[in-house]
Amino acid sequence: MEKTATRDGYGKALLELGKQNPNVVALDADLSDSTRSEYFAKQFPERFFSMGIAEQDMIGAAAGLAFSGKIPYASTFAIFSERAYEFTRNIVSRNKLNVKIAGSHAGIFTGEDGKSAQAIEDIAIYRVLPNMVVLQPCDSVEAEKMVFALSNYNGPSYMRLHRNPVPVIHDAGYKFEIGKGEVLKQGKDCVIFATGTLVHEALKAAEILENEKIKAYVVNIHTIKPLDTNLIIDLAKKTNCVITAEDHNVIGGLGGAVAETLSENYPCIMKRIGLQDRYAESGKPDELYRKYGLDAYSIAEEAMKFVRKKK
Amino acid sequence: MAKQDLTLNLKQKAKELRKDIIDIVYKAQSGHPGGSLSAIDMLVGLYNYKLKIEPKNPMWQERDRFILSKGHCSPAIYAVLADKEFFPKSELEGYRKISHMLQGHPELSTPGIDFAGGALGQGICFALGIALACRLDKRNCNVYAMIGDGESQEGAVWESSMAAAFYKLDNLIVILDKNQVQQTGKIKDIMDIGNATLKWKAFGWNVIDINGHDMSQVIKALDKASKLKNKKPTIIISNTIKGKGVSFMELNSKFHGKAPNDEEYKKAIEEIEKIDVKKFK
Repeated sequence: MEKTATRDGYGKALLELGKQNPNVVALDADLSDSTRSEYFAKQFPERFFSMGIAEQDMIGAAAGLAFSGKIPYASTFAIFSERAYEFTRNIVSRNKLNVKIAGSHAGIFTGEDGKSAQAIEDIAIYRVLPNMVVLQPCDSVEAEKMVFALSNYNGPSYMRLHRNPVPVIHDAGYKFEIGKGEVLKQGKDCVIFATGTLVHEALKAAEILENEKIKAYVVNIHTIKPLDTNLIIDLAKKTNCVITAEDHNVIGGLGGAVAETLSENYPCIMKRIGLQDRYAESGKPDELYRKYGLDAYSIAEEAMKFVRKKK
Repeated sequence: MAKQDLTLNLKQKAKELRKDIIDIVYKAQSGHPGGSLSAIDMLVGLYNYKLKIEPKNPMWQERDRFILSKGHCSPAIYAVLADKEFFPKSELEGYRKISHMLQGHPELSTPGIDFAGGALGQGICFALGIALACRLDKRNCNVYAMIGDGESQEGAVWESSMAAAFYKLDNLIVILDKNQVQQTGKIKDIMDIGNATLKWKAFGWNVIDINGHDMSQVIKALDKASKLKNKKPTIIISNTIKGKGVSFMELNSKFHGKAPNDEEYKKAIEEIEKIDVKKFK
């Protein structure tokens, strides 16, 4: 299967969007080659603002551009977007300004750069801001669709992107809708709600589980906020066996969001797969996923234990 | 109007609005009088002389923008906006009160407000974004932003300063209300910002140094700044006194963020009423 990084989808779509909409502008904090906003920068230099290594200034300027009717996409690494967090809180989210923040190289999937670069808290901190939409694509096609969907959405958002290639599971005809989970695989015994890179691990885990006669739903939760609560409650009721999977701290991320929803609507025991409130280390993405329990085998193992306990 | 009459009128306006500031903070028993009193002469110069605005159409696209980065000085901007009839003056009574319009720090929902301040160091980057957008749209307007000297301790001020010069934004004018005092003491004792003039020059800005309580200097500086189109942003360093006009509030950090009590209120109003506008500076 073809493999592409979600950041490539971001850059490609941003360039296309720039061609279609003259109000679209882009900003970056000296990482435009990595975030792929350089595709836009090369084509539209007058609409691209290099802000230097100054994330706070970038977010504030993006907010001023949005206040003036522009549609700014501001990109940097997920981890460094956090530098500007209080600017995002007090200028962007407080005022519901139409700023699209893109944080690339998220999660331990970013690999060799190690702890300093591996954002494992970004979903949590953006999710907690009123008015923010929080998105994470699982492949480059979905990333493209998100960039376009956001251009028609007027409000603050955070889009979480990844450095390394992942399989492309969507085709060009894929209909993406903010806030609607995507059931990738029908099941019966358990449901795995996964987001971002872990969607692929969850799909592989479901295959492993099938050999063990366990049928798992696999759901792509590309929108962590607003969460597709109807779908989550529905599948929790159908399976009574809920697993979440994310390359993020289990606290406050997808696992946290699902737990909040279920505890108020359909309390049930669930299993959160993700970083267990710890940082990781340098290494290759697949090695890290294995060691920190985020790979398909770890997910399948947890699911098996969970399903057997239920029976 | 002859320049002399104009200056005198503006001075008279600033005197009236000083009373409003004290009134607003006293009635709310909450708010920041010190920095409001240091900034008011400049704000009067801006709103009653310089800014291209339409109070009946606050979001007019060709307007000059004003960003109050030191958002805690909301009493001053609210006094000015009420006086310009952006909203009824009766709204001032509801300042900082629940279910009323005028929030402790400005919000975009208030007519005439172009920036929701309150967190220091965030006004210039916002103004920078607006200035970039105005340039893209070829708008014939200027973007003004007022910051404080205490605020200049925020690193983000200097990130934005660098970027504004890099982007040659000669439609951006920053005003530094250099009132010498911050919440817990004198700037020079808490964290000296050093020579602001040299710093801003070194960052590539036009620098205009004035006494920010002398209305004739204020309007001259605003005229100069608004016309300077030399591919550099401009800063007016407005040398002021925190609490200016009320003797016991002047350079007194206790009145950074404290409302006057009954006795202090009476005294403050009396003192302001006694101001001889001809001599005031």
